Amino acid sequence: MIARAAVLLSLLLATIGSALAVVNARQQSRLEFTELNRLANERDELDIEFGRLQLEQATWADNNRIEQIARAGLGLVTPAASDSVVIRR
Amino acid sequence: MNQRVRPFNPRGRVALVSVLLGLAGCALVVRAVDLQVVSKDFYQEQGDARYLRDIAIPVSRGTIFDRNGEPLAVSTPVESIWVNPSELLAHAADRIPELADAAGLDATSLREKLEERSRREFYFIKRHLNPDAAQAILDLGIPGVASQREFKRYYPSGEVMAHVLGYTNIDDQGQEGVELAFDGWLSGKSGIKRVIRDLRGQQVENVDLIAEAQPGRDLTLSIDRRIQYLAYRELKAALAEHRASSGSMVILDVPSGEILAMVNQPSFNPNARTAIDPAYRRNRAVTDVVEPGSTMKAFTISAALESGKWTPHTPIDTNPGTYSLYGHTISDVHNKGLIDVTGVITYSSNVGAAKIAATLPSERMYDLFHRFGFGELTGCGFPGESSGYLPIAKDWGPVEQATIAYGYGLNVTPLQLAQGYAALANDGELHAPTFVKGTRNPSRAVVDPAIAASLRGMLETVIVPPGGGVRAAVKNYRVAGKTGTSRTAVGGGYQKKYISLFAGMVPASAPRMVGVVVIHDPQGVFYGALVAAPVFGKVMDGALRLLDVPPDNVQSWYAAAELPAKTAAMPAANYEEEVPE
Repeated sequence: MIARAAVLLSLLLATIGSALAVVNARQQSRLEFTELNRLANERDELDIEFGRLQLEQATWADNNRIEQIARAGLGLVTPAASDSVVIRR
Repeated sequence: MNQRVRPFNPRGRVALVSVLLGLAGCALVVRAVDLQVVSKDFYQEQGDARYLRDIAIPVSRGTIFDRNGEPLAVSTPVESIWVNPSELLAHAADRIPELADAAGLDATSLREKLEERSRREFYFIKRHLNPDAAQAILDLGIPGVASQREFKRYYPSGEVMAHVLGYTNIDDQGQEGVELAFDGWLSGKSGIKRVIRDLRGQQVENVDLIAEAQPGRDLTLSIDRRIQYLAYRELKAALAEHRASSGSMVILDVPSGEILAMVNQPSFNPNARTAIDPAYRRNRAVTDVVEPGSTMKAFTISAALESGKWTPHTPIDTNPGTYSLYGHTISDVHNKGLIDVTGVITYSSNVGAAKIAATLPSERMYDLFHRFGFGELTGCGFPGESSGYLPIAKDWGPVEQATIAYGYGLNVTPLQLAQGYAALANDGELHAPTFVKGTRNPSRAVVDPAIAASLRGMLETVIVPPGGGVRAAVKNYRVAGKTGTSRTAVGGGYQKKYISLFAGMVPASAPRMVGVVVIHDPQGVFYGALVAAPVFGKVMDGALRLLDVPPDNVQSWYAAAELPAKTAAMPAANYEEEVPE
């Protein structure tokens, strides 16, 4: 009789325990999923920011713009052939 | 008292009630089975449809880089405003003017468009706004208005790269050029996720990922943005100087066959999504054919050397500067008299080329031209590439063979011409040109290395006086190349319009780059030597420096041992020969 009651009680406790574990796992999964989404969004935002910065850099580094600044602004010139020497090692 | 009382029969009642209850129970079971088993899918679907939504996850298109990792085409996110017309008309019809105002649209026409689509649930009212502008519209809080993330393509190099890259349409699908050729590689696959949404359409929970999003892959081209810019700048300047109608330039990397630069004029701005004249959009270097004129003589002479009947120094009499063949007269600009085979290249003698061709079997000449890739697609994979036109040998009469020998009666694209010269530059090994860095197209031997080497020697004589191509010279480097001038063929006849060509390689001692310049319809002077050759020289001057190619023709040498102390003391002293260590 006591043995039967003990088995029943332990099964009851096990059931309650597993029910709570399910609830906990579900909650964890939601939290993890939210975190995953947040990180995925953050990654996308960073990717996008990177693309935007690349674009900005490419625009600033436009050959035509650099040439204008170098020639007109800084007075740089292409060295003439007579100015160049070759060093043989 | 004959009150008749029906005898009470409890058993009958119990039976009746039992049967009725049993039937009711059966009905419940049947209904339950119907709901839970038979029609489960239907009800489940109906239930899900009320709160589950499948949402597309947008992916960006891959970035295109040049060979040094500089971005050439980048997708950045933009917001597109869409409305649910039925919801908007039902709940906020009076706010349409407010919405139109914020989106910069005309209120009356917006209302008309919405009413036309009143049964639909999705309609874009404004696409590709920057995120801030889109947020301003959303902040109005008009029901049925939402935004969707999309991607827009930007081309930082603008018109310099326009023809090679091509462009995408508003849905980010490749329409032309590399964007079209590599569309499958560049465009990702948008994913689908399932979410739970509440009454107001807010996402409450992500339920499931149905299809994972695959972002587009990046692509690294073989183009060098700096050389591309140089070529574009010089070609544009030459077109302006000679008031020419159009032009192309192609530069190939000799050891690999990679395309370092490919530019065309006129060009267009791929960032402005306006209607563009199709003539401006063509990548002429690949899609348009020209008669190559004298630049073809390099291949005629290759065939002559291959036949064994001719050597670079075999004399040939070009007197009196004209040559009649079946009533067709071939003439030179100047009568050069008795010259050798090298002289045919140096002075670009049509008579010499025709006389040499007359000694060659047409099949052999055709075979050599064909091996160099003429009349065939190059295999670069560019959309709309032309294969050019090389008539088959059995259609060659003596006159056809003579004209083909100096570059008439066949058509080539500038890229094909560059490919052919690259094979000469690469010791007779032909690489199919490619737009993708590191493709490593296998090469095939098209001509004996010794013949390629002697051709390079002959082509070098063109660039030094008294050759015709001195304007293509590059200081400190040896250049080999050939000028060409041809009349434009229109409808079977030849108009008084000219095409100036130059094809060449640098440095001639160990060619690194091959360049082809084609300029259509120059006004005033029209010889390839005066119009196209200077473009080659100016572009290669910069390109050689950019690629750090060591000079092979320098007058000034300094020995390492003399540095640095004596450098200052000996400015610009000319060392005629190399100083040994």
